[in-house]
Amino acid sequence: MAAIRAILARIAARILTFVARAITAVQPLWVGIDPDAPRQRVYFANHASHGDFILIWSVLPPRLQRLTRPVAGADYWQRGALRRFIGCEVFGALLIRRQAEGAGPLPPDGRDDPEAPIPRMAAALDEGSSLILFPEGTRNQGDAPLLPFRSGLYHLARARPQVDLVPVWIENLNRVLPKGAVVPVPLMCKVVFGAPLHLAAGEDKAAFLARARAALLALRPRQDAQVAP
Amino acid sequence: MTAAQRDLLLVIAGIGGVLVLASAIGWLLARRYSPQGQNAAIENLNDRIRAWWLMVLALALAFLGGRAGVILLFALCSLAALREFMTLTNAGRADHRTLAAAFFIVLPVQFWLVWIGWYGLYAIFIPVWVFLLLPILSVLSGETRNYLVRVAEMQWALMICVFCVSHVPALLDLQIPGHGGRNVLLIAWLVMVVQLSDVLQYVWGKLAGRHPVAPRLSPSKTVEGFLGGTLSAALIGTALWWMTPFRPWQAGLMALLVCALGFAGGLVMSEIKRDRGVKDWGHSIAGHGGFIDRLDSVVFAAPIFFHVTRYFWHQVPA
Repeated sequence: MAAIRAILARIAARILTFVARAITAVQPLWVGIDPDAPRQRVYFANHASHGDFILIWSVLPPRLQRLTRPVAGADYWQRGALRRFIGCEVFGALLIRRQAEGAGPLPPDGRDDPEAPIPRMAAALDEGSSLILFPEGTRNQGDAPLLPFRSGLYHLARARPQVDLVPVWIENLNRVLPKGAVVPVPLMCKVVFGAPLHLAAGEDKAAFLARARAALLALRPRQDAQVAP
Repeated sequence: MTAAQRDLLLVIAGIGGVLVLASAIGWLLARRYSPQGQNAAIENLNDRIRAWWLMVLALALAFLGGRAGVILLFALCSLAALREFMTLTNAGRADHRTLAAAFFIVLPVQFWLVWIGWYGLYAIFIPVWVFLLLPILSVLSGETRNYLVRVAEMQWALMICVFCVSHVPALLDLQIPGHGGRNVLLIAWLVMVVQLSDVLQYVWGKLAGRHPVAPRLSPSKTVEGFLGGTLSAALIGTALWWMTPFRPWQAGLMALLVCALGFAGGLVMSEIKRDRGVKDWGHSIAGHGGFIDRLDSVVFAAPIFFHVTRYFWHQVPA
């Protein structure tokens, strides 16, 4: 039974990535990294659509896909059997508990809490996985290109300083499948991978998050052409 | 096998021959000047030739598939082109419903109207019905910012990528006495002449180009390239008059018309790219950019070629 589910999960992954590529003709741009380099990475990306991690996943070399796990909100992906199957089994998502909207930042460390996000991400890295992270913490549904970052990326960078933090800009997916839309419209997307970042010696949280956010914003392909929301 | 099918196979074999020759030249050039792939121009040439093989293969399959094949092929090209165009517009989240309607209702309906041959509707469906109904859909979103820009861009995208492209398969609809069953050849003639004109303009421009037509827009489009390419493509179009219902001199004039329109179409579409700060419309066809980069000249030529042919040659049998 477990074997059948695993095979089904593999097939579903193929179908979902094929559909994502067919709709968006997604083009990966490897600006700052060599995709095939055997490095362990935390890809951190802008978050506007539920399809975000599928799009990143679909352009990774197949060998790396198995090793790359999206970090996603448990509240969304545990609702219903289909979401649980897609989230956990198809993409091997690392589901974390999120604070309710507006309830302030996540507890910084949570040494006492086995469910705390940062130790679990660090443990996944220790197992050899790479992670896909959305440091805005929630989907961006407004007009700003990028929301302020939550602190998770900083705490993870401090916990595992040797891991490459790779900024990934997802262009256009917010127009393909905006909030509340059920039918995706076929517009072309790009996924831009920037140069890896590390926590600098003595760099504090605010400075690091500002630097990471600027690095991500700098990858936007068209900064001025977009005038409408 | 009918005479029309024999002629079609002859045309396909002829194009295949030209491509074999082009591939051989590309291979020799690569061996001589770019053995490690260091010469970008030669690598691009070979990318283009490989893409041409795929395009000709797709066209040949569609032509042999008859009416359904031709309509399906151009519907898919239209979809790819519309995706490229809409990607560059200002249509945003507020226009999601309008975009969905454009992709999933307007486009299929237009090609379905061509399929059933309802000339009276497919000739006005987009410029009348959609142009009036589509802005209403966008009004409902309640987003006022850039309203006119967004609506105008979406309408223009539909006009170029759906309405114009659909007039290529619409040529199947024309009833020309003494030309029954040969309309696929007419499409093949149009596509060949316009595409050859593009290629020959490029070649003439490289060999003799001195005076740019629109220096700020595109330094590679020159008066010499335009004249040389258009005239030589028109000569080839004249020599291929037997594919058409035209007499040789008429075929020559028609070829001049479609080449001039194709050239203008290329300029207009370049201006849009320049305005949006991109080099190519997309990245789907290696060496060529996107679908619109290849279709731009056909797009402008097709509807006018359709209507001129319809006006002078189309006759409903009594």
